[in-house]
Amino acid sequence: MSAETLVQLLYLVSTALFILSLRWMSDPETARKGVFSGVAAMLLAVAGTLAGVMATGGTHYWWILGAFALGAAIGYPLAQVPLTAVPQRTALSHAFGGLAAGLVGTAKFFLYYGQRNEAALTTFIVVALVAEILLGFLTFTGSLLAAGKLQEVHWIPQRPVTYPGQNLTNFALFGLALALGVALVLHPLAPWAPWAFGGVILLSLAFGVLLIIPIGGADMPTVISILNSYAGLSAVAMGFVLNNKLLITAGALDGSSGLILSIIMCKAMNRSFFNVLFGAFGQAQASAAGGEQKAYKSDTVESAAQVMEQASLVVIVPGYGMAVAQAQHKVRELYDLLKKRGVTVKFAIHPVAGRMPGHMNVLLAEAEIPYTDLVEMDEINGDLPQADVALIIGANDVVNPAARADKTSPIYGMPIIDADKAKTVYAIKRSKNPGFAGIDNELYFLDKTFMLFGDAKSVVGELARKLAGDNSGH
Amino acid sequence: MMQMEHTETPGHPAPAAGGGHGQLDYMGALFVFMLATFIGVMVIQRVSRLLHTPLMSLTNAISAIAVVGALIVSAGKDYPGYITALGLVAIFCSTTNIVSGFLITDRMLKMFKKREGVAK
Repeated sequence: MSAETLVQLLYLVSTALFILSLRWMSDPETARKGVFSGVAAMLLAVAGTLAGVMATGGTHYWWILGAFALGAAIGYPLAQVPLTAVPQRTALSHAFGGLAAGLVGTAKFFLYYGQRNEAALTTFIVVALVAEILLGFLTFTGSLLAAGKLQEVHWIPQRPVTYPGQNLTNFALFGLALALGVALVLHPLAPWAPWAFGGVILLSLAFGVLLIIPIGGADMPTVISILNSYAGLSAVAMGFVLNNKLLITAGALDGSSGLILSIIMCKAMNRSFFNVLFGAFGQAQASAAGGEQKAYKSDTVESAAQVMEQASLVVIVPGYGMAVAQAQHKVRELYDLLKKRGVTVKFAIHPVAGRMPGHMNVLLAEAEIPYTDLVEMDEINGDLPQADVALIIGANDVVNPAARADKTSPIYGMPIIDADKAKTVYAIKRSKNPGFAGIDNELYFLDKTFMLFGDAKSVVGELARKLAGDNSGH
Repeated sequence: MMQMEHTETPGHPAPAAGGGHGQLDYMGALFVFMLATFIGVMVIQRVSRLLHTPLMSLTNAISAIAVVGALIVSAGKDYPGYITALGLVAIFCSTTNIVSGFLITDRMLKMFKKREGVAK
């Protein structure tokens, strides 16, 4: 068996294991098997590649070992971040993935160019190379910026940055990058080709930044998913360049995963891809928020605790505010105390609650709340008319009834959790300001709604204390 | 007629890409891409919504398959130094994703429990 056949066989097994890895993610029961299978697939891929490299006389092994070691040394602490920081870790990881693809593409181009290798720089290869660096480098800067926004790095603007002619600028830059790409495809060995290539790199880097600055926090789940998809597609392009089917398959799996997640996120906001990326959500609300000041009804934690104690079904709707306040462990205490009193407690999870897909589920799982009590929006909405209490913890747009009725609202048409159908609504909110999107929430002004102002962690902690205190006091 | 695909290896810095393989090979690559995308879409659609965050960190790790390309570029024998350097940085980036991606996915998945403590 030739070395080449061995390499391809290892790649074949690796591909199968990658597919199984994702297949096993369908159920929390088998999901961990999926991780092991993914690790095995990656080890086989690296082993196969090394075998191929050695068989044909590779070199620099110590350097390569060093790069592996350094990557592992940085990767390990990145895996230990608190779960509230998972969205920014994910974005950072997309940035690394995009950079790796972009660098390999750059290396390949200059290698072939330096060799004046006309045979290698076919139309197909150059198209793939341009796609690889375009996707790779725009994913790099875009994801870095997204990570910075999520981490709330102080010099990165949190609110969407918009300016007149923004989309025009973006399209013009993108068009320019494409034009340079076409020129490269036609004349890959021209004396100006390295400059054109460098131009594509710079434009991709700039494009990544420009694409992300108008994105607000509420759109992050979609944007992270799109960047996830791009990182995968850049690996596919690399596979085309290197004629490597393992890269193509694994990249396509990643790309389709990002695609599906983006579609789910877009549907959950009733918006299109185009609208998320170029809609400049920031502008619409400034006008919407200007309406007359309505009055909130606030309530004391004591009476809220009493009402919840009497309830038979309490539905908790968590949002990004819960993550910011790190309130999930206090929520867990509240959950336990209510359960102990025979109250049924369910969590209503909106697909875009938080800053990335599945964000709330992971936080609540961290607090050891059984996942059987984490219910998707579509399923819980049928139960909400029977709910005695809906407790909103740091969620806003995902429970705003304006999405159902108010055609002028920027979020009109977005599927929401029907918290307003519960008999009583308690909403924990940090301040009296409108939420991130800047839209007034009608839910807060309903007769049955009572506000509990304060930090989510301390308010929920207070609620739990009152419930626990009642137990011993009476 | 139909050749085994030829993964480029550093021993042959100027492989017969294009020359020896012709269109068939590119079409083969496109077929693989198309099929893999369909498999990906179908498999991912079945992933529980509960697990979308771990799914994303798992696919992060999987997309670090770019390490394969980075290795091929880094290990090339007669490549100029800056090509090797680009490859090594790419290995570093990919390894970071492999290690942190798989570890954090497993860390999150361990937290998903059906029931505990309080009786349901």
